Amino acid sequence: MRSVIGIDLGSTTTKAVMLDEQGETLGFGITNSRSNYEVACAVARIEARTAARFGMLERALAQDGNARVWLGPLRDAFRLELFMVDLADLRHTIEGHLAASQRPDRKTLDAAAAHVLDVIAAGAADGFLGGAARRSDFFRDIAGAGFVAEAEALARSGRVAFEPLVALYDRAILDVETRLRPRDTRALLDRALDRIRAMPGAAGAADTLAWAVAHVTRQPIEEVAVVGTGYGRQTLPFPKAAVRSEILCHGRGAHRVFPDTRTVLDIGGQDTKAIQVDGRGVVTSFQMNDRCAAGCGRYLGYIADELGLGLHELGPLALGAKKAIKVNSTCTVFAGAELRERLSLGQRREDILAGLHRAIMLRAMSLLARSGGVRNELTFTGGVCKNPMATRILRELVDENYGADITLNVHPDSIYMGALGAALFSLDDLAAGTVPELPSFVTSHGTEVAS
Amino acid sequence: MTEHADAGARDQSQLTQKRMLAEHFDALAHAKERGRKIVYTFVPGNVTELLGALDLLPVLPEINALQSGMRGRSVGYIAEAEKAGHSKDVCTYVKCDVGMLRSGNIGPTGQRLPEPDLLLLSYTGCFTFMKWFEILKQEYDCPVVMLHVPYQTEGTITPEMRAYVVSQLERNVIPALEKVAGRKLDMDELARRLDLSARAEEDLVRVWESARHRPSPIDGYFGGVYYVGPIFSSFRGTEEAVRYYRELRAEVDERVRQKKGPMTPDGEVPEEKYRLVVEGPPNWTSFHDFWRMFSKEGATVVSSTYTRVGGLYDTGFRHDARRPLESLADYCLGCYTNLGLPARLDLLERYVKTYEADGFLVNSVKSCNSFSVGQLLMLRKLEERTGVPGGFIESDLVDPRYFGKANIENRVQSFLQMLETRRRLGPGAPLPERKEARRSLPVLDERGLP
Repeated sequence: MRSVIGIDLGSTTTKAVMLDEQGETLGFGITNSRSNYEVACAVARIEARTAARFGMLERALAQDGNARVWLGPLRDAFRLELFMVDLADLRHTIEGHLAASQRPDRKTLDAAAAHVLDVIAAGAADGFLGGAARRSDFFRDIAGAGFVAEAEALARSGRVAFEPLVALYDRAILDVETRLRPRDTRALLDRALDRIRAMPGAAGAADTLAWAVAHVTRQPIEEVAVVGTGYGRQTLPFPKAAVRSEILCHGRGAHRVFPDTRTVLDIGGQDTKAIQVDGRGVVTSFQMNDRCAAGCGRYLGYIADELGLGLHELGPLALGAKKAIKVNSTCTVFAGAELRERLSLGQRREDILAGLHRAIMLRAMSLLARSGGVRNELTFTGGVCKNPMATRILRELVDENYGADITLNVHPDSIYMGALGAALFSLDDLAAGTVPELPSFVTSHGTEVAS
Repeated sequence: MTEHADAGARDQSQLTQKRMLAEHFDALAHAKERGRKIVYTFVPGNVTELLGALDLLPVLPEINALQSGMRGRSVGYIAEAEKAGHSKDVCTYVKCDVGMLRSGNIGPTGQRLPEPDLLLLSYTGCFTFMKWFEILKQEYDCPVVMLHVPYQTEGTITPEMRAYVVSQLERNVIPALEKVAGRKLDMDELARRLDLSARAEEDLVRVWESARHRPSPIDGYFGGVYYVGPIFSSFRGTEEAVRYYRELRAEVDERVRQKKGPMTPDGEVPEEKYRLVVEGPPNWTSFHDFWRMFSKEGATVVSSTYTRVGGLYDTGFRHDARRPLESLADYCLGCYTNLGLPARLDLLERYVKTYEADGFLVNSVKSCNSFSVGQLLMLRKLEERTGVPGGFIESDLVDPRYFGKANIENRVQSFLQMLETRRRLGPGAPLPERKEARRSLPVLDERGLP
């Protein structure tokens, strides 16, 4: 199958979208951004390929409802296997660092790290297969949380100091995350199948699943064009002709999903963009934040850290507000101080959070007004659109300023709009016969072994 | 401006300009020992011919500030001014100038600038000018004379406006200058100088108009700020300026003949891909980086308004020896900074159409209220009138803290790619009618949520 890929290298996450030649979506992939941009792009791309394989599995099993219900568990088992591979790499890296170290407490640390990793490994299956929602699918987040929790437990027992133990993780994860490793999808799927076979009630479906896996992984997916975008695009390992502005990509992607939209608001990790598009998804004007990223996703991340909460917990918590406390600080750091001060005055956490969300969305409203206002439909994209309080306040402010008849679109896959736009530009290149040279992480076929 | 000639490829005219400026700063450095008197004045509304006719030497604080910005000195000067109590929000030209004077007043050639014998406050639309010279008056303890130029709200010069400026020239400005110079103004000498001005202006206009060619042989913004150097600063009404503009015009004519694009610090632009009109001053602290964001993408600025702040000549005005004071008044009234929004819009529309621009870009500078106010409205109106898409970037004149390179480059590239896409696909269907926001900026409130 021939396909094109769009990659959006954001400040927080890197996204990839794979389309077939007709423009149909094959798969979305996402990973955390990291210092090595090439690896971030490569991982996002592999994730999109993996998603494409699962999409092919769904189609292969379209007629077999009995087998198809096992696709969800198969996906979880696949992620578990992937996690175990990364965990083994983490273990190997920590061992390597300690072997090269001259520290007197080397042996103690070695034993402690081994124990911590054993505990994480032992609990992994429950985490992935237990059916509970995961805070994050990123290896760094899951392994890091587990490592810190176990290291704390060990440190409380007095057998090892917390700081040097966690420092081992901090150093090793950088190496693990910036190393480009091949992903043997077929081998991972086979091991995942083994886990499914061992599950009660799976016996009847296992053979069909195995047939589908063998069938699907034999089909080649050829990437014939790639376009990159995002804040890191200047340093993307791409030829210049394969790089497009994220503003154009976000506008195009959002328009593809909501063809009637003429206004797009994208709030990402460090910037906010208000974009106007025409009937073809072509950007006609835009405004973005300047010099200061207060009011973007990182602002919420900082507030979550201040409160010891996960980023995804903020919005739902804020929905419990009885009123929105006015937050005066326009600076992220000052807002953190204001948050602590208001908490100390006894104000409700939910109410303060509502005020913080409102402050962010007011900044966005200002950019929207500057870009030319809201026309008929507003599409909200970027990481922050996943926050239910942010969307609720946006709805209120749009009602207040432009009228309740404005349609507000938020798509569950809104975070992928930039990558989707990039993929559409890449289809244009294909159609025009002006495909730039493919980046090396796509052409070096070591990154995904299909069979 | 002297800096640029060091930075890359140069034309003969650039070397000429460099020599002229070096001689001027040398004359300033030795002015006191040679008994010459010094007048500080502003670029917009400068009456250089009057000063020259009385053998007075001008110093232009904005030029010093932008030179300091280009030489990487402004950040220290601004810190010096902030240390002296000037707020972060004050125009950075002012702070740069104040910091420079507090740091020994060393000019761009490394020589010390002389103190003023008179501050000639030519007021043309920028309110900050008044505060600026109030501050300099305290620092230097010297007399100030003000030339109040009425704002062209409607874009026309009425006989009353002209008469008002002329009467100030006669009653206040010329007597004050004569007192400093220690002699009477020779009207024949003034007329001679006005004649020289008109000749240089004629050649400059031909240079601007060369941008009608494809490719344009000039960049009318990044390159343009060099072209206006002599005529905006101390050389209007001199033989040197006439020679410089003749030489520049001949060079530009030759570029047209050879179908060459503009010269940049990185050499010639190989292919003209985009023709832009720019509104707003440039950033000086990262001037070459800023320029390169355009030149490397094949974007040439075919016309700009910033290069009209010290005099607007391409709508027909020339200094006129037959009506000396009246034409000086018209010159002051016509400076771009002195035009109201409707007149600025008309001028921009004219530039977009005359020079067949693909896009229109605003560089909104944090320092400059008089420039920045209304720019978003201008952007929308101009899009409506011309159908040419607009873009918006933000930076500052000489405070490097307000030049976010990655952010600006992101916007410039997005803007150029937007032009490219629209060019490839042709103009789209008209946009649906926009709802006007009921309130342009929602206010914070503490009301309960529903």
